[in-house]
Formats: sequence, structure tokens, C-alpha cells
Amino acid sequence: MGRYIARRFLWTLVVLFVLSLVTFALEHAVPGGPFDREKKLPSEIIKNLEARYHLDEPYWKQYLRFLNDALIPRIAKGEPKSLLEESLIDIKLWDDYHLRWVNLGPSYSSRSRTVNDIIREQLPVSFQLGVAALTIAVLIGIPMGIIAGLKQNTIWDYLGMSIAIFGVSVPVIALGPILVWIFGVMLKWLPPTGWGAKPPYILFFIPKDLSWNFWRYVIMPAFALGLGQSAIIARLTRASLLQVIREDYIRTARAKGLPERLVVLRHALRNSLIPVVTVLGPMFAAVVTGTFVTEQIFGIPGLGKYFVVSVTNRDYPVIMGTILLYAIFLVLANLVVDITYAWLDPRIRYE
Amino acid sequence: MAESSRVEALRTALPQRRKTASLWADALYRLSRNKAAILGGVLVILLTLTAIFAKYIAPYPYDVQDRPNANSVPSWMLAVFPMMKSYAVVSDKFLLGADYVGRDMLSRLIYGTQISLSVAYVGPIIALLVGTIYGLVSGYFSRWVDNIMMRFVDLMYAFPSLLLIILMMAFFRSTFAQSEPGTFAYAMNKIDERFGGMLFIFIGIGLTAWMGTARLARGQVLSIREQDFVMAARAVGASHLRIIFRHIMPNILGPLVITVTLAIPGYITTEAFLSFIGLGVNPPTPSWGSMISDGSQAIRTYPPQAILPALALSITMFAFNFLGDGLRDALDPRLRGTQ
Repeated sequence: MGRYIARRFLWTLVVLFVLSLVTFALEHAVPGGPFDREKKLPSEIIKNLEARYHLDEPYWKQYLRFLNDALIPRIAKGEPKSLLEESLIDIKLWDDYHLRWVNLGPSYSSRSRTVNDIIREQLPVSFQLGVAALTIAVLIGIPMGIIAGLKQNTIWDYLGMSIAIFGVSVPVIALGPILVWIFGVMLKWLPPTGWGAKPPYILFFIPKDLSWNFWRYVIMPAFALGLGQSAIIARLTRASLLQVIREDYIRTARAKGLPERLVVLRHALRNSLIPVVTVLGPMFAAVVTGTFVTEQIFGIPGLGKYFVVSVTNRDYPVIMGTILLYAIFLVLANLVVDITYAWLDPRIRYE
Repeated sequence: MAESSRVEALRTALPQRRKTASLWADALYRLSRNKAAILGGVLVILLTLTAIFAKYIAPYPYDVQDRPNANSVPSWMLAVFPMMKSYAVVSDKFLLGADYVGRDMLSRLIYGTQISLSVAYVGPIIALLVGTIYGLVSGYFSRWVDNIMMRFVDLMYAFPSLLLIILMMAFFRSTFAQSEPGTFAYAMNKIDERFGGMLFIFIGIGLTAWMGTARLARGQVLSIREQDFVMAARAVGASHLRIIFRHIMPNILGPLVITVTLAIPGYITTEAFLSFIGLGVNPPTPSWGSMISDGSQAIRTYPPQAILPALALSITMFAFNFLGDGLRDALDPRLRGTQ
């Protein structure tokens, strides 16, 4: 198992490296540059800007510079001299010496910010949304699946599965505006757009102020994003429960006179949730990408919103930083799933 | 042998007309008994016909602007949305009203089917074509070919595909737009303009759609490759190509068709989202995604402008989901009710 994880980890590094290379190539294959404006800047200014961000160097050098800045930890004295030296991880060692690691570079379009700033401020917002959506998905999906499965072929089953197919079919992009209109504009219960949390955050993403002022912004987008996932969970839970309930050990449990409640809770449910747990990984990945769509629709200042703007602005460091960040989430989610599989089902062994 | 005698018993018990049913005819029969799937299928056919004959069905062209009637609302709609009474321009010229520059909503919705439906057909075709061939080759040949090919799929799989599509769209749009006449890029751009920006959407979706199918096809091939009938074919001297396409492919097509059909709603949403953020179709070509985006700007004042395309998108997704579920149940009854 240890060897398997080590191998997967190495593979992850390869993936991230190739991805960064592809991203870099795509960025620079597009004609024009980040400082093209409707009204052209004087060529001296462009030259100076390019020199400042090392955009006048050959491509291979730029790429190596990126790798060097992002990967190599260094020890430096004093505060960072400019935004260009600012790092995501900055640990004070002794006196005035700092250990600095992961410098993803400045943002070209907003001069006073770095990619690290964007990650520090926008990623927690996306994370809050994702966690809320996943919680909603589980809280709705599992009970719905259990009820539908236990009462198979009754009105409850049909009702639950109809809601599920509704959830799968209505994409965030269609559900979003409808929710905004009903709850935001007509009933005025919830604010149609925006986000209620501000840094600093506890544990990187939990806002200090967990009052209604935070939740009222969360409910609608999290529901829009979570509904589709809850439908998938509900269908999976139902199918798996129906399969488990026909197993011999359930019959044994019933035969020895166990109350039905215990049969369901202790024997059927626990085993039927195994496939559900394993699907949570890809689901997490789907939610991570989903936050991206949801943020656009509900005007949430998360990472996704920045990505689209940065692509149109040719903000190279922001594009690279965001893509790698999303990729890390996806790859880690997949890794966790594969390990959970082996842990939950001892029949699976990785060599 | 109990199994085969049971199959025989079942076969004689069934009505005579199903005696010669092949896998596909059998599946079609089961499909025809599934009400939801039939509903989905009928809707898909209707939507397809709408897309093909959009020119004749739509009361107005999709791009003609009737400025005086911008944001106009038909009188029946005021009954549904009474809040608009105080400020909206009421005009019954357009059945579903007009958008912010006075284009007929109904016509734009009708033309919008062309975009969504073509994505719904082209996406799976690319996924099936590329993925199946890739998976067949990878699964059939020696271990190292398989190894290299699958590592590549793993690599592609780990990419955040939506983000990559966005980056590629930006790349296509700006690179190809600035190309010299006579080059390949120029020709591509011209074709793309002809189709309202859809060529690049197809390429973007195609580049990320085939990996799942390739993996599945490979897995299927691996399980079938070692079976006796393949060995028999090899023994009588059949060529690789013949074995792959004649003996293996028909046996793995069922699960592939299921996965590809179930993926259709995903392609439709991808296109809608791309158009929503302005990287999809070129204006004024109407896509439901770009219509939702325009409508969302006016959600406080003219809600139908966002809700109508959202409904159209949802109905299309329903249709394909019902059809996909039905197809899965029909082609592989063992999977009924799962996922």
C-alpha cells in the first residue's frame, strides 16, 4: 500500500508538470500579450513592463523561472522587497530570516496583487461554497435514497426518483437564474448575488462570522450546486441498498429475529453506503469544477470568477496558478478515492 | 449446463415473434416498453426536427433587431409576471416577448436548439469514434503499447477539462482570428465563422470527451480478448483488423453506447456554460447559454428573458436523461436502477 501511494504520488507530480507545460504553451501560443490595450500603450512602457516581469526572455527561460520560483524554497532576510518576491508560504525562522516557498508570481491586471493574494482571498470562498454544496448533497441525497430504497415501488420511491431525475437534469446554469428570480427577486428572502464572508478565516476557510449574514448568501448557490450531486447520491444509495437488502446476511439477521430497524441500520445501511463513500471523491472533483460555474452565475468572488477574467486579460501567472490549483484538487480527490476503495473493500489490493 | 437449459426454457416461453431478436432488436423492444424513455425519445426527435427546420418554424430571423420593441412583453405574460405591468412595453408582435435589443425571444429559442442539439450529437460521435478506436487498439495489442496509451489517457484524465476547454477556446479565438488568408488556421476560422463559432466548441469538447470511452473500451476488450471465440478466430488465421472490428467490437458496443448517451447532458451544459461566459458561440448566433447570460442581467426587471432559455435547456436535458436511462436499462438490464 505504501509503495502504491508513493507511486501514485510520483505520477501526480508528472501530471502537474505536464499540465503546467501545456498551460504555458497554450498561453504563449496566443498572439498578443498581457499589455495589449484598446488604446495602445507606448512601446517604451510595454518594454519596461515586459522587462519587469521577464516577458522579454526566451520562453524556456521564462518557464524555468516559473518552476524555480514556484518550487524551490529559499531563506531570505527581511520583508519581501517587492510583490515579485512575495510567497504563499512564509515562515519566520529566527531574527529576521524567513523561509519562503511557492511564489506564483504577480497578477498583471491588478498591479497591487499577486497570485498568492488571489489564492489566499478567493480560494477560501470557493472552498466554503464547495463544502456547503457537498454537505447539502449528502444531507439530501442519502436520506432520499434510503427512503426510496426501503419503500421500493411505492409512491415514495417514485417521488424520490422523480426528484432525482429533476436534479440531474436541471444544470446549475438553468437552475441558478430561476432560484435568483424566485427567492431573490420575487420573495426577497435571500440576496440574489454576492458573498457574505470576509477574511481572516479560521483554519484557512471557516469565516469568523457564522451568522445569518454569512448563510443567507450561501444557501442558494450551495443548493443549486448540490442538487445535481444529491440526485446522483440518492440514485446510488437506492440501487446499492436494493442490492444489499437481498444478501444472505440480511436474511440471516432477519431470521435470528432482529428488529427491522436494526437490520436496516446496522446491516443494510452500512454496507450499502460503501459505493456512496467511494463516489464522494469524483463528486468532490465535480463540485470543485462546479463552483466555477456557480460563481459566475451568482456573482460570487471566488477563484472561478478570476480565472475567466484572467484568460481574457492574458494574465499568465493567474491562469497558471488557478489551473494548477484546480488540478491539484482533482488529482488529490482521485488519489483519496482509490485509497478509500482499498480500505473499504479488502478484496481490492494494489500491488 | 443448467444455465443454458434455463435460457432455452425462457426462449420457448417467450412469444414467437421475439425468436429471432438480435441484441439491438431486443433492446429496442425493451426501450419501447419504457414510458419515460419514449417521452424522452419523442422530445429528442421533436427538438431535432425543430433544429433542422428552425428556418421555417421561427416567425422571425434570430438577429433582426426591432429597437422600439426592445424588452417588449406580450400581454398574456403580464398575467404570469404581474410585476412587469408598471414599466414594460406591451406588444403582442412577439409571442414570447423580445430581448434587450428587440430580437424575438421565440425565434432565438428555436434557433438555439441548433447549437444544443448539434453538440448533443457531435460530442458523443467524437467520443465514440476516437475513444473506441483508441481503446480497441490499446486493449488488443501488446502490453507496452497498452501501457503507453493508457498512461496518456491517465494524464489527460487528470486535467481539469473545463478549465482547459476555456483556455483552448481563448487560444482558438484569438490565434485563428489573426491568421493570414490561405493558411490552415485561416480556413479553420472561416469554417468556424460559418457555423457561428461552433467548430471550436466541437474541438474543445472533442479533445476532452474521448478519454472515458477509451478507458471503458479497453477494459471491455481486455475481458473479451481472451475468450474462446477470439482464439478461434485467431486460429483460423483472421487478421488483427478483422478480429478487432468483426469479433471484438460488436461485443463491446453496448456499454459504450450507454456511457456516451449518458454523457450527452454533460456536453450540452458545457456548451451552455461556454456561451454563458462569452467563449462559446459568436453573437448574434443564439445559444441558450448566452441567452441566459443576457437574461440574467435583467433578472430583476424582465425575468422571462432568463427563465425561458433556462426552461428550454432543462427540457432538453430531461429528454436526453430519460432517453439515456432508458437506453441503459434496455441494453443492459442488469444495470437497471443503478447510478
